[in-house]
Amino acid sequence: MTTLHIDDASPLVLYTLRLADNALVLGHRISEWCGHAPMIEEDISLTNVALDLIGQARMLYAYAGEAEGKGHDEDAFPYLRDAEGFRNVLLVEQPNGDFAVTILRQFFYSAFMLPYWRALMASEDETLAAIAAKAEKEAAYHVRHSAEWVIRLGDGTEESRRRIEEALADLWMYTGELFEVDDTERALIERGIAVDPATVRGDWERTVDQVFAEAGLTRPDDGWMQTGGRGGRHTEHLGHMLSELQYLQRAYPGATW
Amino acid sequence: MVNEATVAEPGVLEQRAWKAAATVTDPEIPVLTIEDLGVLRDIRVDEASGAVTADITPTYTGCPAMNMIAVAVDVALRNAGFTDVKINTVLSPAWTTDWLTTEGRAKLKEYGIAPPSGQTGRHALFGQDEVDCPHCGSADTERLAEFGSTACKALWRCRSCGEPFDYFKCH
Repeated sequence: MTTLHIDDASPLVLYTLRLADNALVLGHRISEWCGHAPMIEEDISLTNVALDLIGQARMLYAYAGEAEGKGHDEDAFPYLRDAEGFRNVLLVEQPNGDFAVTILRQFFYSAFMLPYWRALMASEDETLAAIAAKAEKEAAYHVRHSAEWVIRLGDGTEESRRRIEEALADLWMYTGELFEVDDTERALIERGIAVDPATVRGDWERTVDQVFAEAGLTRPDDGWMQTGGRGGRHTEHLGHMLSELQYLQRAYPGATW
Repeated sequence: MVNEATVAEPGVLEQRAWKAAATVTDPEIPVLTIEDLGVLRDIRVDEASGAVTADITPTYTGCPAMNMIAVAVDVALRNAGFTDVKINTVLSPAWTTDWLTTEGRAKLKEYGIAPPSGQTGRHALFGQDEVDCPHCGSADTERLAEFGSTACKALWRCRSCGEPFDYFKCH
């Protein structure tokens, strides 16, 4: 068996993998749009965002391997873990749906990650701070790109408005998990290594409110939220995605070309 | 190990190595060298062994040109007589378009790509940069898309001459 388990991962490795898994899973999801976007400019934009996210994931996986010290490289984590070994939030693994779902998912994630990366730039961990400094610049473009589309869809035609409202109804329950903290992470926050997501909530809400105001949308009450991904309990969608992403390395372990 | 590269004066080797590495161009924007781009950060030569280490930094985290650039720097240094070559990727400080040299900006414009202009902060949620058309010089331009043919560019159009063009984004 080639399956890689992370049950005994140190807090730092687990934290780094959570960040990496978010970036990889969303990056892969958006890459599924390649060749299918509603117009060529958007096809190029989405694949560029995917490229940024996968670039961020690569750096984070490489660092997780280094911190773990078991010889796992940047490929081992994405290719050799089963779905329950992934630690991404449920939001990023949700299927692309229509363009409105894809854009709103991206907007929620990017509007959260921009202030999050900015805060992580001050991390006591030099490598995480360095990766954050690069990712923060990229996230700024991701927020702007997705925000402009949220407004266009919300303030567009009857059809576009219906679609973004449906996307909002479907996705809102996945936003609560972005702000979760467990004991492992709490310890890293206290040591100045991890970011306390509570400190970026204000920024996130301001961005969402500002964009929703332009789009004519209303931020729903928080209410009941989905949870589980950060602990390895995923929706059924992740397994299907991984079966495609991992097929070659699982069928032909170590294959190179 | 004695070779041509190990018999020069202190500091001369570094200069020679820098000159060699600085000839490497960006595979996507071949008018720019990695020196123009600010991707080449440092070169160190061990005087005793002649071993050379080149520091390069990625522009964007997912930039697919980085692997090619690393190979090209390795080849350039070997061609310059260095046999022990190490290419090191550094992440900090994060690359910024502020490192683009004046010469690099002029080359970009000549090539038809508008160089970065930072009138608007990249964090302004709805802000746009003011970009002059690299073809006719008009300031009457508009952004078509936030992203372009490579990670570092956006797609723009000139309202005066009607030509679309690439804009090298502020970063």
